[in-house]
Amino acid sequence: MVNQPAKKQRFNALSLVRNAFSWHQNWEQQWRSPEPLDAYEVIIVGGGGHGLATAYYLAKEHGITNIAVLEKGWIGGGNTGRNTTIVRSNYLWDQSAAIYEHSMKLWEGLTQDLNYNVMFSQRGVMNLAHNITDVRDTQRRVHANRLNGIDSIYLDAAGVKKKVPGIDLRGGGRYPVLGASFQPRGGTARHDAVAWGYARKCDEMGVHIIQNCRVTGFDIQGGMVKGVQTTKGPIRAKKVGLVPAGHSSVLASMAGFHLPVESHPLQALVSEPIKPTIHTVVMSNAVHAYISQSDKGELVIGAGVDQYISYGQRGSQQLAEETLVAICELFPQYKRMKMLRQWGGIVDVCPDASPILTSTPVANMYLNCGWGTGGFKATPGSGHAFAAHIARGEPTELTAPFSLSRFETGFLIDEHGAAAVAH
Amino acid sequence: MLLIRCPYCEQDRPEVEFSYAHQAHKPRPEEAEGTLDDHNWARWVYYRKNIKGVAHERWYHAAGCRKFFNAVRDTVSSEVLATYRSGETPPIEESRIEGEEISFEYERTTEPTSAEEGK
Repeated sequence: MVNQPAKKQRFNALSLVRNAFSWHQNWEQQWRSPEPLDAYEVIIVGGGGHGLATAYYLAKEHGITNIAVLEKGWIGGGNTGRNTTIVRSNYLWDQSAAIYEHSMKLWEGLTQDLNYNVMFSQRGVMNLAHNITDVRDTQRRVHANRLNGIDSIYLDAAGVKKKVPGIDLRGGGRYPVLGASFQPRGGTARHDAVAWGYARKCDEMGVHIIQNCRVTGFDIQGGMVKGVQTTKGPIRAKKVGLVPAGHSSVLASMAGFHLPVESHPLQALVSEPIKPTIHTVVMSNAVHAYISQSDKGELVIGAGVDQYISYGQRGSQQLAEETLVAICELFPQYKRMKMLRQWGGIVDVCPDASPILTSTPVANMYLNCGWGTGGFKATPGSGHAFAAHIARGEPTELTAPFSLSRFETGFLIDEHGAAAVAH
Repeated sequence: MLLIRCPYCEQDRPEVEFSYAHQAHKPRPEEAEGTLDDHNWARWVYYRKNIKGVAHERWYHAAGCRKFFNAVRDTVSSEVLATYRSGETPPIEESRIEGEEISFEYERTTEPTSAEEGK
């Protein structure tokens, strides 16, 4: 039966050798593409990393396998495939530290957990300080991190130079480097593999991953969600979890409520591949430029968000230019390199730059959005926490601070600037 | 980079001269002096339409005449369809939000608190 979930072959050296004999033509299907059933226990709208992780932990931790993940395009084709793959947990405030560090701990065992190599590389993440204010803010954040049990150290300029010899500490006179915070457990992961690994395990446990299926409306009766309308017909569900990223406002308005988010384009670029030159992730807080080197040798460079709302997955030229100017000042040896690809993704940014993990005004509908410019690092933690929230039907210790009600109570988690990158 | 026509300077100028000032035609609620509850304060302070489609928005000609004006812009193509001075009527209608017709008025959806009930 093609459409029945089945235990997946384990990926290991032996299976690699075995498949080599058949020229790698007989690897099994990683996940099925089933037609949607009439009803599910839980529908997850959005098949990015966060949505797939939510489905995975619902199945694994809460025993709910009657799940459909609806994706309007293809899985991992949105921001999961468009980010700069940086993973860190050095956030200032306790609530953020809790969820990002929860995520970090899951990252550390994810490859084994999924039996899928997500290429999590703990090469460290460095956040530069360019002036005295930066230095003080950075030191404050380092102390806050340590109080929350997160590995974080402060490096002076010499310490930065020792770790990243290619850096010009004068920053071309424009972005002088006075110090940095450093999180040794931070690093990068293979973004596509995260989506694929989760999808494969979800499929194994019987979750339906339905691609090319856009949600066009919700069936809401008496303030309670009963199902969703899709381009593949109506589907009933007891619970609906929305994990839509850039389109969160669009989905929320279909359900009849509104969100305090704005959708902006965030850009990234990669260069031509070169020999290994930079062995960690370097982020410049003040100029919103960050750089790391992929295993293929490309420099992966992230830029800032455009100031205006946009749903077009591209950004303005001047933002990429500003970022590259800063990168060239900090790393003069990259000045003559060519950029191969440039793209944008739509990020939904909250007024306090913290995510929203919440129950909604519609009963049995839950929302996970607002991760803004930093959602990738949170993928496992977000999915894990949101799955618990959906299964229990009420906030958990991790999700409660990220409720929509914080905008009314005033308990904002203000990670603007504090989150180690400027917004 | 966008090319935006400042309705005061009456010139097409590059985007870098302008600052984005978010959703247009969002009046400060009249009850703001005293009686506005937390729910509606949040709506006024934090909630934005975030339209996918044609949106009315405010821009500020920061490196020019330093005046605020309004623009009609498509948030998918980023095309600036029109700009007009503050106080003028928008020349092009805004996109309706997808799905059901919902009011963006400051409607009350939360239960009144016990303190308010005692008044």
